[in-house]
Amino acid sequence: MLAITDLTVAYDDTPVFADVAVTFNKGKITGIIGPNGAGKSTLIKAILGLVKSQSGAAEYDGEPLKHFQKQIAYVEQRKDLDLTFPVDVFTLTETGTYGRLGLFRNPGKKEQEETRSALAQVGLEEYAQRQIGNLSGGQLQRVFVARAIVQQAEIIILDEPFVGIDLQSETAIMKILKQWRDEGKTIIVVHHDLNKVSRYFDDLVVMNHGIIDYGPVQAVYNSKNIEQAFSADLSSVLFTAKEVAH
Amino acid sequence: MSSVVEFFTALSRYDFLQSALITAIMVGIMSGIIGSFIILRGMSLMGDAISHAVLPGVAVAYMLGINVLIGASVFGILAAMLIGFVAAHSKIKTDTSIGVVFSAFYALGFILISMAESSTNLHHILFGNILAVSDSDIMTTAVVLGIVLLFVVAFYKELLITSFDATYAQTYGLNVQVLHYGLMLVLTLVTVSALQTVGIILVVAMLITPAATAYLWTDKLSTMLVLSALVGVVSSITGLYFSYTLNWASGPAIVLVAAGLFVVSFIFSPKQAFIKFRAPAKAKKNARQLPVISAQQKAKEVH
Repeated sequence: MLAITDLTVAYDDTPVFADVAVTFNKGKITGIIGPNGAGKSTLIKAILGLVKSQSGAAEYDGEPLKHFQKQIAYVEQRKDLDLTFPVDVFTLTETGTYGRLGLFRNPGKKEQEETRSALAQVGLEEYAQRQIGNLSGGQLQRVFVARAIVQQAEIIILDEPFVGIDLQSETAIMKILKQWRDEGKTIIVVHHDLNKVSRYFDDLVVMNHGIIDYGPVQAVYNSKNIEQAFSADLSSVLFTAKEVAH
Repeated sequence: MSSVVEFFTALSRYDFLQSALITAIMVGIMSGIIGSFIILRGMSLMGDAISHAVLPGVAVAYMLGINVLIGASVFGILAAMLIGFVAAHSKIKTDTSIGVVFSAFYALGFILISMAESSTNLHHILFGNILAVSDSDIMTTAVVLGIVLLFVVAFYKELLITSFDATYAQTYGLNVQVLHYGLMLVLTLVTVSALQTVGIILVVAMLITPAATAYLWTDKLSTMLVLSALVGVVSSITGLYFSYTLNWASGPAIVLVAAGLFVVSFIFSPKQAFIKFRAPAKAKKNARQLPVISAQQKAKEVH
């Protein structure tokens, strides 16, 4: 179990959230939802150590998460990457082995085999030699998921993986996430599409500058929490019809 | 044509020309390789800044009678760190921070040089004087080339991942900052070596132009490094030839050849596709694989 306690993050004295406590379970796909600017990405970046936190601890199985740094795979939002970079699909996927290899060791036959297999799992083996700029958004996202497969991580964190991608890619990625779940891994997904919440996730974290609620989707995905995180209007659109039907 | 023969005859006869050629080739290789990483990391301006910021280091080294590489390295790294510090601890953006720091270093360099040496030397530092390289210069350049090759071979995968996706490298625990400053140090060493051939003002051209040229031709990093080094070498040799034959200053001659190669690549490279003599064939081939039937094909089938 990944447990976060007392986590406070502020940018230049403006707090994003304070004293956050939340847990993520093994063998579950946990969605993090909340309006824009709720601090979803900041939460996962703080867990990853990419942004400084003013206080707080992250523990995995009772040990500091820092000890498991190489066991965490991060699939970030793709917006900042240079897609003209001279790197092909195979090499990009193979970079998933770099952390494990450490300095002065290059990927060998075993790593190349793992890379090929990961690309096959996301259905992109035929694209191995293609420069990454010649992929669709969905294909590129699948490459990053393939890299996470190669990384053989126990905790996989994805930031808005389904934004701007085709349905085929979304299905392929969801299939991998479920596979990971069945292997007992911890999967965390920052997500914005509320319609798919109950279909995609086992657990849910509802955020708005702090945790509003977290737990199994059935218990947490309700009108009260959505109203609190987003708005009464949205909540009524999403839930009223359903509740009336009940 | 006779001037080419003349050039090679002179090359076999004069030691100074041989030294110049060897140095030019080595500088072409190292600046091509390091330059590739500089442009891929979007640090062209940083490359320009570091190459100018070593000037006070060169002056101090002259004053103290120590190796130029040491003086230059100290100031190069100092400039890189100051640029990073100012950008990180104020609302000033990196490009502005670069502008402030490097111009200050450059100005300091001018004053120190004028205090230390005669104006002839300043001229050589600014514009290069490849026909006057000494044996010890060649040795130093060879050592720097060795360091560059070792650095890139040893940290190839780290340089690749931090150039493309530094955040990812950070998440798996790579010390991205150390690698950045390592690269800055190597960049400083290359700058000082290139100073002899093209001079401080044009060093940035040797870093960026061959790399940019190679970038237009390939989609593979390793190929880009080799191509870039090759363009650097060809520019250096050809530039040296013009310099010797037409009595041009070596730096501008080399840089103009590099720029010429870039222009040719800009027009003809398939990636740029400015002139699309290859693209239609490729597009046609790709189109054949598409399951869509064109109107023409359809018309044919109807007939």
